[in-house]
Amino acid sequence: MASRKEGTGSTATSSSSTAGAAGKGKGKGGSGDSAVKQVQIDGLVVLKIIKHYQEEGQGTEVVQGVLLGLVVEDRLEITNCFPFPQHTEDDADFDEVQYQMEMMRSLRHVNIDHLHVGWYQSTYYGSFVTRALLDSQFSYQHAIEESVVLIYDPIKTAQGSLSLKAYRLTPKLMEVCKEKDFSPEALKKANITFEYMFEEVPIVIKNSHLINVLMWELEKKSAVADKHELLSLASSNHLGKNLQLLMDRVDEMSQDIVKYNTYMRNTSKQQQQKHQQRRQQENMQRQSRGEPPLPEEDLSKLFKPPQPPARMDSLLIAGQINTYCQNIKEFTAQNLGKLFMAQALQEYNN
Amino acid sequence: MATPAVPVSAPPATPTPVPAAAPASVPAPTPAPAAAPVPAAAPASSSDPAAAAAATAAPGQTPASAQAPAQTPAPALPGPALPGPFPGGRVVRLHPVILASIVDSYERRNEGAARVIGTLLGTVDKHSVEVTNCFSVPHNESEDEVAVDMEFAKNMYELHKKVSPNELILGWYATGHDITEHSVLIHEYYSREAPNPIHLTVDTSLQNGRMSIKAYVSTLMGVPGRTMGVMFTPLTVKYAYYDTERIGVDLIMKTCFSPNRVIGLSSDLQQVGGASARIQDALSTVLQYAEDVLVSADNTVGRFLMSLVNQVPKIVPDDFETMLNSNINDLLMVTYLANLTQSQIALNEKLVNL
Repeated sequence: MASRKEGTGSTATSSSSTAGAAGKGKGKGGSGDSAVKQVQIDGLVVLKIIKHYQEEGQGTEVVQGVLLGLVVEDRLEITNCFPFPQHTEDDADFDEVQYQMEMMRSLRHVNIDHLHVGWYQSTYYGSFVTRALLDSQFSYQHAIEESVVLIYDPIKTAQGSLSLKAYRLTPKLMEVCKEKDFSPEALKKANITFEYMFEEVPIVIKNSHLINVLMWELEKKSAVADKHELLSLASSNHLGKNLQLLMDRVDEMSQDIVKYNTYMRNTSKQQQQKHQQRRQQENMQRQSRGEPPLPEEDLSKLFKPPQPPARMDSLLIAGQINTYCQNIKEFTAQNLGKLFMAQALQEYNN
Repeated sequence: MATPAVPVSAPPATPTPVPAAAPASVPAPTPAPAAAPVPAAAPASSSDPAAAAAATAAPGQTPASAQAPAQTPAPALPGPALPGPFPGGRVVRLHPVILASIVDSYERRNEGAARVIGTLLGTVDKHSVEVTNCFSVPHNESEDEVAVDMEFAKNMYELHKKVSPNELILGWYATGHDITEHSVLIHEYYSREAPNPIHLTVDTSLQNGRMSIKAYVSTLMGVPGRTMGVMFTPLTVKYAYYDTERIGVDLIMKTCFSPNRVIGLSSDLQQVGGASARIQDALSTVLQYAEDVLVSADNTVGRFLMSLVNQVPKIVPDDFETMLNSNINDLLMVTYLANLTQSQIALNEKLVNL
């Protein structure tokens, strides 16, 4: 996953063109509120994202793409999207920015909205809370106030229901990222907990009338039978994978905690100021002997205080663990429901 | 000079009804189709590469007469005239994302444009053509001329190739319910890009109250030896879905039922509830049918029904109890662990921030 460079040309044009709409959006919400209360997606975008993952992204690689649309009051409407080529098989002279610019220019010719309003990414079992995502989303949100990142979970979708979520960074987190100061003091000041890093924006799907007509046609013609994967009871594989990932993260978290503890221990040891006391004692002795006192050297020059570990990583890990736990809970809730239904059926039989 | 747009006949099913029977030993005057490609104008030549080229331009398809299809078109000799329809013709498999794209670009057309056109991308298979992507191409159409921005089309194709290098240009699409003369010209443009392009029409003007979706391939027609005309012959259109696509389409279809065409994504238990409601509906339909048809019923349907009823496994109640309980215990334990982990990290957060 590469953090995407924002094409300065495109952001210049798009931010100036969204500034008008954003002004309206900001007028509605207060300065502390997020500018986007709802995300409205066209059916076409959903289909395109699904297709992109299906064709290009097998395995644990993520596929990414750009979302196009516009902002209407406090709603972000996403009307089209295009995929981004992956970086694996690229030669060095592939220019992402140029690809983006050309694509958007061409789409403008056919009257497709060319305002860049966000990006989408597929995820593997819900593991998307990473530094790269944070950086990308920060640069997007910095340039375009209302941008979101759509996370599409193909494995969950294959189990029966479309899993598409829209996330934004909270304003507090934006502040912290702007300062680029990830030390514990700064984060404590900003009072960010892992739950408050990303906020989820509710999604609705909207179709035009003509697309509705198309859907009716397809339903009549294609007659694809429902496969009812949603009601399948065989779930242990999925659950096992989720738990495995959760365990890995918890391990990382515990390592991080150990690091933090050692740091705390070191600082407290330093602050016992043994050296300082010795210096003072020596100074007093010298004064009593009538000699000029030694300058009290700055402690920090002699003993460098240990570096406080960057807290952002542990925040991210905590956020990721939180996401995994929520996924697992959703999953178990569904499965419990299914099991009780199966029980009812069996009782009825007997 | 366009490649003689020749129909792609599925060689095993020799299309034309009349001369199909005699494959190899056809006398000169009867124009025989792909089996023994003998062009009417040059009766003497037995194995004619030009006519063999007429059989197919797509790789992987061999004519029934086991002659390797020569890909080079024969400029001088006209291809064989194939008058009839193609019962076993090539199948075009469409993905729903194509149709949604086409409708969307139709909705965004420029003022005054009656229809939009664009390129179809996809892959070619042995017996079918799978269309997986498309993009619209700006064009201007008036009474007597048509101009297509082929430069744009080429650029877009290059960009698309960067993302999915397997997709080839398969043909083009147009909205509207008729094939006009301009279509022939545009088809000619496209036959320079792709061998034997496919033409897809989506009727957005909703003639006959339906949005008809048809696919064509052009064939030569007319009196051999004179100027040949072009006729568009229909192909079978099938819809192909990936599993996830089907789920997506199911969800999107729900907007048909809501008043302002807006739906939200539902939460976990609601989905299970929805799915079981659907099965309940299906079951009640089946029950209704079974009750209505008491005496004279279809045997096959009866067999299906019986297999359906027998699919509910008969388990000894005790065994089922143990299975159920162990599963429920597993799930409860996992839920408990997840909650525990969440409270742990919350605690950690509080401690760190002290």
